[in-house]
Amino acid sequence: MNMTQARKGDLKTHKRTYSARRVQDYLTIAFFLAPAFILFLVFLVYPIFRSVYFSLFDWNGLGPAVDFIGLDNFKQILTDTIFMKAVGDCLLIVVLSLCLQLPLALALAIMVGRDLPGRAFFRTIFFMPYVLSEVITGIIWLGLFNPDPSRGFINALLILIPGVQAQTFLSNIHQVMACVFIVLTWKYFGLHLLLYLAGLQNIPREVEEAALIDGANKWQLTQNITIPLLGSTIRTTIYLSVLGSLTQFPLVWIMTKGGPVNASEVMATYMYRFAFVRFQLGYGSAVALVMLLICLAFSVGFLRLAGQPDYLGGI
Amino acid sequence: MATNPFRRNNAFKKNLPKFFQYLILSFVTLIFVVPIVILVFGSLKTRGEMFSLPYTLPNPPQWDNYVKILSMSSFWIMLRNSLVVMLFSTAGVLIICSLASFVFARMQFRGKDLAFNFLTLGLMFPITVAIMPVYLVVRQMHLIDTLLAVILVQTAFGLSGNILILRGFFLAVPVELQDAASIDGCTAFDFFWRILLPLVRPALAAVGALTMIVSWNDLLTPLVLLNSSSLWTLPLGTMQFQGQYSSDLALMAAFVALSAVPAVVFYLFAERQIVTGLTAGALKG
Repeated sequence: MNMTQARKGDLKTHKRTYSARRVQDYLTIAFFLAPAFILFLVFLVYPIFRSVYFSLFDWNGLGPAVDFIGLDNFKQILTDTIFMKAVGDCLLIVVLSLCLQLPLALALAIMVGRDLPGRAFFRTIFFMPYVLSEVITGIIWLGLFNPDPSRGFINALLILIPGVQAQTFLSNIHQVMACVFIVLTWKYFGLHLLLYLAGLQNIPREVEEAALIDGANKWQLTQNITIPLLGSTIRTTIYLSVLGSLTQFPLVWIMTKGGPVNASEVMATYMYRFAFVRFQLGYGSAVALVMLLICLAFSVGFLRLAGQPDYLGGI
Repeated sequence: MATNPFRRNNAFKKNLPKFFQYLILSFVTLIFVVPIVILVFGSLKTRGEMFSLPYTLPNPPQWDNYVKILSMSSFWIMLRNSLVVMLFSTAGVLIICSLASFVFARMQFRGKDLAFNFLTLGLMFPITVAIMPVYLVVRQMHLIDTLLAVILVQTAFGLSGNILILRGFFLAVPVELQDAASIDGCTAFDFFWRILLPLVRPALAAVGALTMIVSWNDLLTPLVLLNSSSLWTLPLGTMQFQGQYSSDLALMAAFVALSAVPAVVFYLFAERQIVTGLTAGALKG
């Protein structure tokens, strides 16, 4: 009798503390999530809606936006040959990155493998440019590409070859994109290499050894074991590389400002020029939205086709 | 490795002999090192030597360029601005992301997945795409030309990726630990503060190191949000300096080299953390 009473009382207090704890938990959740949500809403979500509004105006940023022009900004963007050139240049960088930069990084990573003595040293060197800012990288290569062989190292090397003359590189409309791509590769090669090397570490050694015992040669091993098992890493690097290529800004701005005569214009430099050099904020908002839609379309399409890269975790 | 006789035997049969491997690697190393070496050599020459002997060893090294830049007050102001922005946005990212990641990794509530997906949506919008809209809002808040704006924007754009990374690390902490703590009367906050955070210190270091690098190198946010030269950060100042002193290549090289020093030194000390952060973010959230 006494015992059951005691137990009942116990249960009651337990219930009370349980619900008190539940309330406390909800408060914790609310307080812990609040800062992230507030920053995210204020600086990511709200701005996008804000620029949807302004993209419908012809607005130079002075005074309120009153000159409502509907979708004219978007029409103008999509018919502007320079914007189309910018999209084309971005796509060119995407294609070159996927066809040259990533395969080279993958090949080098597989060559280094996981046991090569000096592996850490090479990784440190190759990754170094990633740590340097785009500004520093751009200025360094601006010097290397100098058309005057006594100032530009690449030309100094070139004229050593008989019959080859100094090139104008960044001021040549036919060479400038190749130069930009070389610098992008120099800067981001290490990142991809690093990710592949980390991915290689995750491949169980036993699988490779089993294949070797079964008589696979090095090439078959790479083709049938290593690369398929690196699949999720490769997907991740493709995703990062494409998104990075579509939104590249600082390197191009430092080296060429999109020139000469728009020969190296990318979407971001186009957007920056209209929004922050000419101060056509309405038009700039519209360009930003078009870029955003292109990135979004790519992300969604990529997730559909390739499955989600681990990078995107829960999405 | 070498103790496994099978693998050692296999090493001899490799299609690419070791020598060839190292040849390729050395060549690639040259491509990566030479641009940096030329910059450093150039910075140690006089303006005249830069013209007559542009690619030789600086002999003897001229430290004048460095002295000149280190005696510019504007260099120190930029350094200070960069440090302020970096420290505050890294602190902001670490605090806000670990709070949110804790909730996503350890607490149960309705709509959790939705909230998480919403917050990680930012991964699809690199700052370049969003800087124009962000500028409009920062202007509306009258925060243009303040370091606070740069800090807030950098923090906001660091959220998605780092919440993802930290949640992964938090999930790896055994649930039993939390149950035990809870039985002992530990509140969720106590568990977070006294048990979880000390346990995941390496993860925090990785996220912190990565955020520091990103913030330190960021050009676009300060470029768009700051006007006054007294607020310029190092990347922004370096860009302006390059436009101003394009005739004195040696001096410019010294400026660029000096502004690279903090990042390179930091990288050499924190390589492990940076690598952990990057691979955790990219490989397994």
